[in-house]
Parts: sequence; C-alpha cells; structure tokens
Amino acid sequence: MTELLNSDFSPLIIALFVLGGLALVFGAILGFAAVKYKVEGDPIVEQLDSLLPQTQCGQCGHPGCRPYAEGIANGEEINKCPPGGQETINAIAGLLGVDAPELDAEHGTEAELPTVAYIREDECIGCTKCIQACPMDAILGAAKQMHTVIVDECTGCDLCVEPCPVDCIDMIEVGTTLRSWKWQLPEPLEKISHMNESIIATDAPKAGGQAS
Amino acid sequence: MSQLIYPLPGGVHPPENKQQSLQSALRAAIIPKQLVLPLSQHIGAPAHAIVNVGDRVLAGQMVAKPNGVFSAAIHASSSGEVVAIEDRPLAHPSGMPGPCIVINCDGEDRWQELTPCISPFELSNDELLTKIRDAGIAGMGGAGFPAAVKLKPPVNAQISTLILNGTECEPYITADDVLMQTRAKDILFGSLVLAKLLQHPETILVGVEDNKPKAIVALEQALADLKADKSHGALNLQDLNNISIVSFPTEYPSGGEKQLIQILTNKEVPSGGLPAHIGVVLQNVGTTTAIWDAVRFGKPLVERITTVVGESLKEQGNTLVRIGTPSEDVLASFGFNPEHCERLIAGGPMMGFSLDDIRAPLVKTSNCLLAPSPQEMPAPPMEQACIRCGQCAEACPASLLPQQLYWYSRSKDHEKLEAHNIMDCIECGACSFVCPSNIPLVQYYRASKGDIRQTAIDKEKSDRSRARFEFRQTRIDKAEAEKEAKRAARKQAAEAAKAKAALAKAADPTSTESTNQAATPQSDLVAAAVARAQAQQADPTEQLAKFERALSSAENRRDNAQSKWQECEEAEADLKSKLESRVKQAQLRVDEAAKKLTQFKAEQKSAASVTTAANTAAPDQTPAVDMNDPVAAAIAKAQARNAMSPGDKLAASLSSLETRLAKSEEKLAAAKSDGDDTKAEALQLGLDKLQQKIAVVQQEIAEHKSTALAEPKIAKPAPAKELDAAAAAIEKAKSRAAASATMSPEEKHQAQIESLKKRLQKAEDRLAKAEQENDENVGAFKAGADKLREKLAQLEA
Repeated sequence: MTELLNSDFSPLIIALFVLGGLALVFGAILGFAAVKYKVEGDPIVEQLDSLLPQTQCGQCGHPGCRPYAEGIANGEEINKCPPGGQETINAIAGLLGVDAPELDAEHGTEAELPTVAYIREDECIGCTKCIQACPMDAILGAAKQMHTVIVDECTGCDLCVEPCPVDCIDMIEVGTTLRSWKWQLPEPLEKISHMNESIIATDAPKAGGQAS
Repeated sequence: MSQLIYPLPGGVHPPENKQQSLQSALRAAIIPKQLVLPLSQHIGAPAHAIVNVGDRVLAGQMVAKPNGVFSAAIHASSSGEVVAIEDRPLAHPSGMPGPCIVINCDGEDRWQELTPCISPFELSNDELLTKIRDAGIAGMGGAGFPAAVKLKPPVNAQISTLILNGTECEPYITADDVLMQTRAKDILFGSLVLAKLLQHPETILVGVEDNKPKAIVALEQALADLKADKSHGALNLQDLNNISIVSFPTEYPSGGEKQLIQILTNKEVPSGGLPAHIGVVLQNVGTTTAIWDAVRFGKPLVERITTVVGESLKEQGNTLVRIGTPSEDVLASFGFNPEHCERLIAGGPMMGFSLDDIRAPLVKTSNCLLAPSPQEMPAPPMEQACIRCGQCAEACPASLLPQQLYWYSRSKDHEKLEAHNIMDCIECGACSFVCPSNIPLVQYYRASKGDIRQTAIDKEKSDRSRARFEFRQTRIDKAEAEKEAKRAARKQAAEAAKAKAALAKAADPTSTESTNQAATPQSDLVAAAVARAQAQQADPTEQLAKFERALSSAENRRDNAQSKWQECEEAEADLKSKLESRVKQAQLRVDEAAKKLTQFKAEQKSAASVTTAANTAAPDQTPAVDMNDPVAAAIAKAQARNAMSPGDKLAASLSSLETRLAKSEEKLAAAKSDGDDTKAEALQLGLDKLQQKIAVVQQEIAEHKSTALAEPKIAKPAPAKELDAAAAAIEKAKSRAAASATMSPEEKHQAQIESLKKRLQKAEDRLAKAEQENDENVGAFKAGADKLREKLAQLEA
C-alpha cells in the first residue's frame, strides 16, 4: 500500500489521470457541439404548420394555420381542423406522440369532398367584399367589375361566402377528373371474408349439425 | 455477333395464349361510322382542339395541336365532318368520360396531301424532331410518352445504347409480333433515324423474346438485306453495323422498359431516374415504325396494329385500326358476342383494365382488346389472408418487398411505403399472379401510389397557399404601415400649419395696435395708460397662474403630509410631531398662498377697474397713480413697523429719542451761548421732557427683556427684521408645536402657570411702583394685574 502511494507512476494514478483527461476532452466536445449545433427557435411549430392544410379558414379559431400550429405547440387541442380532417389529426398525433382524438364537431365537420368557391357572375355586383375576405388572393376583380375565383388557388375556406351582399357565391364540390383520378384500395379483407363465411371447413356454421 | 443477355430478378411465366391471334393474317383497318378522338391519348397535357364543330376534315389532318412540350398532336384518321367536341366514354381505368373530337366519317377516306421525304437521313435533327412532333407520335407500347421528348435526352447525357423493344411479354398480345413480321425493314429504318437523333449510339439492340421466331427471322432477314443493299447510299453504315437482333428467353415482364434494359445491358435504371441517365434510350418497335412513317412519308400517327382476341369473338387476330375507332366497331368486325363475354379488357390480362363502356375508342396506346369468355378468364378468386409465403418477393422484377408494401398499403403508412420504394413498382402484376391467397396486390400498390401522388399535390398546393397567404399578410401589413406613415405626416403638417397660424396671429395684434396708435394720436397719456393696462393684463394673468399653481401645490403638499401623518399616527411621538408640524407648515403656506391669491385677485380687480377708468377717463389717471405711491410707501412703512418685535420697537424709539435729546442739548448749548434766555428756557423744558421719555423707554426695554427671558417657550425670538410676517408666524408655530410636542400636557400647564405667576409678580411690582410714583397709568396696571390673577386662578383650578 505504501509502495503504491509512494510510486509516482502507479497504475491507479495513471488510470485516474487518463479517465479524468477523457472526461475533460469529451466534456469539451459536447460543450462545443451544444453551442455549434444549437437549434434556433421551435422547430415543432414549423412541422405542425407543414401538416396543416393551409386553407387559412379560421375554423379552429385562429387567424390562419400557423397561429393554430403555434397554439398546438403551446398545448392546444389538436382536433380543431375540419379541412384537415382525421388524417391531419392522425398526422399531428403521430408527430407529437399523443393519442389521436376525434375531430371536434364544435369547429365544423370534415367535408366529404374538397370544395371551391364559384361566383355566379351574372349576379355579381362588383362590391369587392369577397376579394377582401379571401385569404389566398384567389378572387380576381375590381370595384363595379365582375369578380371570379381562380379555382387553382382556392382552398375552399368559405370565407368569401358570408360577406357577399347578394349571395352569389356557391361552394361547389371538386369532382374527380381524369387527371386527378386514382385507384382505390380493394375492399378490406375482413369485410369480404365476413360476406363469404364458409371459406374453410372451420368457418362453416356450427349450428344445425348437418354434416356436409 | 452474339449479344450477351443478363438474368432478370424475379419474373413469372403465365400462359402465353399468343397462338389464337396469330392464326389469321393482319386485317386492314375498317372505316367506322364515327371516329372519337380523345384529346388525351398520351402522358402529359391534353391536346388543344384546333377544329370547330361543322369543319370538314381529311384523313391525316391535325385536329388538335400539342399543348406545351409534354403533349402530342392528334390527327383525323379518316375524312369526315367534326360533329362534336364533347366528353365521351374513354378507355381509361376510371371509366370516366373525357373530352373528344367526334368525326362523322364520310367513308371516302380522302387523305390530305402528305409531304414525303426521300432522304430523311439528310435532314437535321431539329427537322426530324419537328416531323415526329407534328406527327403526334406517342409511345405505343403502353404508356404513351411523347416520342419527341424522349428523343431529346438531357444535353449532358451521352446515349450509348439504343434499344428497340419488340419483347411484347404480355399474354395474348401479338400486335408487335405481327408488326415485326410485316414491317421489319421499316423498323430498322426507323431505328437508324433514332440512331441519328441520338448522336449514333455505340450499340443498337432489337430485343425480341424467343417466343416470336417469325419476327426474329424477319428482322434478321431485313437487316441482312439492308446491309447487302448498296442502293441506300445515305444510310449511316456504322449505325447499320451496330444493329443487332437479340432474342432471349420468354419471361414476364421482360418487356418492361427497365427490365429490358437490365436484361440487355445489365444496367439498372436508378430509382426515380430515367434510362437516359445511364445512357440508354428505349423505344417500342411500333413507335419506331410510326417515326419512320412520319419522317419518310410525312404520315402522321393515325393507325396502329391491335390484337383483338378472346373466346367471345368468332374470329381472333390482329388488325390495323384507325385511331379513334370505337371498340364496338372493331369487336363487331371480329364477330363479337356480348353474351359470351363477362368483361372486356383493354390491354393484356396482366396489366390491362376493364373497359366499362364498349363505345370507348381505341387510342394510340391500345395494343389489345381482350374479350374473354367466363371460362377462359374466370372471375378472380376471393382474397384471403396473407400467409407470408414470400412468393411475391421472389416474383418481383423490381426487387421490391411486395409483402411489406401490402401491409403498409393497408395501414396507409405512406412514409414506410416510400421508404420501401413503392414508386419503383412497375405494376406488372407478377406478385398478384403468384399470390396463393389471391390478394390483388397491385391494386393496393396502385391505390397507395395514387394516394402518395395526391398527398404530394396537396402538399404542393398547401405550400403555395401558405406562400400566398404570407405574401398577402405582408402586403396588408405594408399597406397599413404606409397608411400610418401618411397619417403621421398629415398630422405633422397640420401641427406645423397651426403653429404658423399662431405665429401670424401673434404678429397681427401688434400691427393693429400700432395702426391704432397711429390712428388715434389723441394724447401720449392715453397711449401710456393703454400700454400699462395691457402690460398689467399680460403680467397679472401670468402671476395669477403662478399663484394658483402655488396654491394647488401647497394644497397637494398639505394633503400629502396629512395622509402621511395619518399613516404614522401610531409611530413615535417625535416623528408624529415632526409630521404634525409639517402639516401645519403646509397649512400655513396654503393659507398664505390663498391669501396672496385673494389679495392679488382683489388688486387685479381694482387694477382692472383702474384700467377701465383709465380707458374712459384717461387724463385723470396719472394723479391717481401718483397718489397711490405715497399711500403704498406708508403702508410699507407701517408693515415694516408691524413686523418689528416690541423690543426692537422700543430700542428704535429709544435711539430716536436719544438723537432728539442730543440735538436739543446742542440747540440749548447754542442758545445759551447766544444769550437767548427765553429760547434756552424752552429748550431746557423740552430737554427735560425728552430725558423723562428716554427713561420711560429704557424702563420699558428692561421690562421687555425680562419678559422675553421669562418666556422660554419662545426659544428663538422671531427674527422679525429678516422674515416677513408669514415666515415669523410659521417659525412661531413651529417652535410652539415643537415645544408642546416635547412637553406633556401637565408640564405644559405647569409652565403656563409658572409664566403667568412671573408675569403677575412683575405686574404687581409695576403697580406698586406706579402707586408710589403716583403714575397716571395706575388704573391700567391694576386692570392688567387683575386679568393675570384671574387667568392664573383659572389655570390652577
């Protein structure tokens, strides 16, 4: 023991120094990395915003999708977006690692089909009220001139319908076109097998006792 | 020349069923009653119709021009009249109608004049491409990719291999087989045109499966003929020598673009890439023939070979069809029996789709019409659960994991699907074909791919929406900021204008006054009075404001102190007293200020009346003002006298008496020396009186001093000469408050009694003295002593 303590290069001392040195080196590296690769801002808001449908309809109670993303980041419910529907809720739930709730009916119901605004141009009086209401700048027109909707830019947010003094704006459903058509998934297997029960012997009805 | 071939991963061997359609010769195209030309027969933007309803068109006439680069022209395939441009049923898996140009054929089949080119190899590449583009050629193998686009590969991509696809791996279909048998030479000519366009690639391969021996023979014969024929001087012999016909074992789906490239070159097209990226261009033999027709004969793509096959037909075989011929017309010419056919299929059994409407026209990509009987092609057996056998993975020619894709498709996990490269699936159907559970796997993949594409489109749209929304937001903010800036500028301008106006106003009165002065030169007095009044008016308002300010601030201070005092009522006694004194002080100041204010107001009133008087009777003003001056002096003097303490007053009178005494002694001495006895006597009398008075005053001073000493309450005699009355009062109040605060009530009482006793003592002394001297003031002294005695009795009681 005394020999160990007296010796300048005892294995114990060397080990202590080596470990201490390593700790310092790694600590320095970690400290440097923490400064160098610091994440600016809250990236979760960006991610949430990218999941939201960007209709800017305000049905969630926020003036746009990004404010709602910020709201969610601050702990708001994630089921307030009817245009996004259950799909968006699921995506957000997946991102945040929470259970996906049902869409809150208080904020509206999910539309079966996407819609776009359509101005009945004969009736338009050119008041520009819808133009001011459109968050997308998707309505073209001028004062006392007929207005029309740029369909490709319309998100179907509904906000132009209410301000129209002559009620000449309809929300029409966007039908499938040849270009937007896509194959549908086959009927779920469970449904089919339920319809045709006797696939294999053990699926046959047990009641009756009639041997086939 | 033997060309190496390479194995294809996966692949299946479905029943070929190619014999049925190869029994009869190729038929000529029928002229239907009506042609229906869909505007979208290719990948890319739909063509743009350039004819109107009612126009008469000739065969080969362009009726729709390409809409952008990624598009193809459409030509009338027979002469007739355009009767409609409207939505018609299409040969599309959706079964949806689409825009079509409908031509009622006149049956004459008159062609518009074609412009053949005898030596197309001497044309420039641009000219060739223009011809191909004008001919509306799109890939005829199945996808319908515009040929002109494909033949203009990326500038930096060096094409080393040109492959002609004569594989035709789908069961039943023999259209390309027949084409190769009948037009082998044209195919080779076409390939030479392609070789020229692609800067003469090193190898030109014509890939044919070994189940088409006749086609292989025909091609080899044609190649040998071309090489032997020296009449085609313009041909590039190098290209010709590079051509090789390659046959390889039949296997489905070797005819897929990527699969054929892999078989012939052992190169794999990268995921998401194009064959051009690995130096390969692949064209279908049908497309190649159409290109040759276009550049050599100027003939647009208006017809093609289609296999019409199936047990519900009386005859089966291949036929030339005019593009746009309705399916029912073609089927009818083969003796179609709808009752024997459960479903009509456009394309082959592996990759084709059900044709819902028999009126759907044949288009540039229609290589087969399959009208099978139910026995020939029974309904697909029921889907069962995946047993994880892995056969699909073995069959997949793209080396994907179909089982994983199936699970992720069912759970709609797009991220995982993309991670498993679902987009590389060629939808060949090999996996579905081998699946022992009859799972329609391809349908899952197609649906998922559609969903993924849709998601991407939605994402793009939402990104654009976000950008538009944010842009609008910044625009609105900017407009708002500009408005605000304008408002601020306006406000500033208004203020500046106001200030200017005020300045002008200030300058104005002086000018009017001067004019007034000039106009009424009555007298200097009047003017002076007016000026004085004005000055007073200007000054007093200021002073008034000052006094008012002082009053309010004093009031404030008092209130502050009072509140503080209330707060500290329970605090220590000295603190309390201090605050109390402060309160009192403040109250005093308030009183003073109020007094001054009222005084000032009164003064002002009088001044105002004076000025009005001055205005009405100006000449009387000056004496009045002059009279005011001595009065004011007297007042001031009296005030000064008032301000003096009694001691000082006595001292002052003593000194004045002494000076007077000194003067009268001087006068007496002078009179005595003059010898004026009477005067001297009178002076002596006055001197005596003065001396008497001085004695009285001296006594009074002594008395006063003793009383001052006897009253310790007044710790600090008021320095009256320095301070004005108000200050003296404040000082007094302060000291009294301080004294009373330090003393308890009993002590105070005692002190008062003490002082009163002293004063009584003194008064009695004086009274006794006065009685001794027989003074006239005895009565007054007596009364004073009585009063003091009374007070003392009161206090003691």
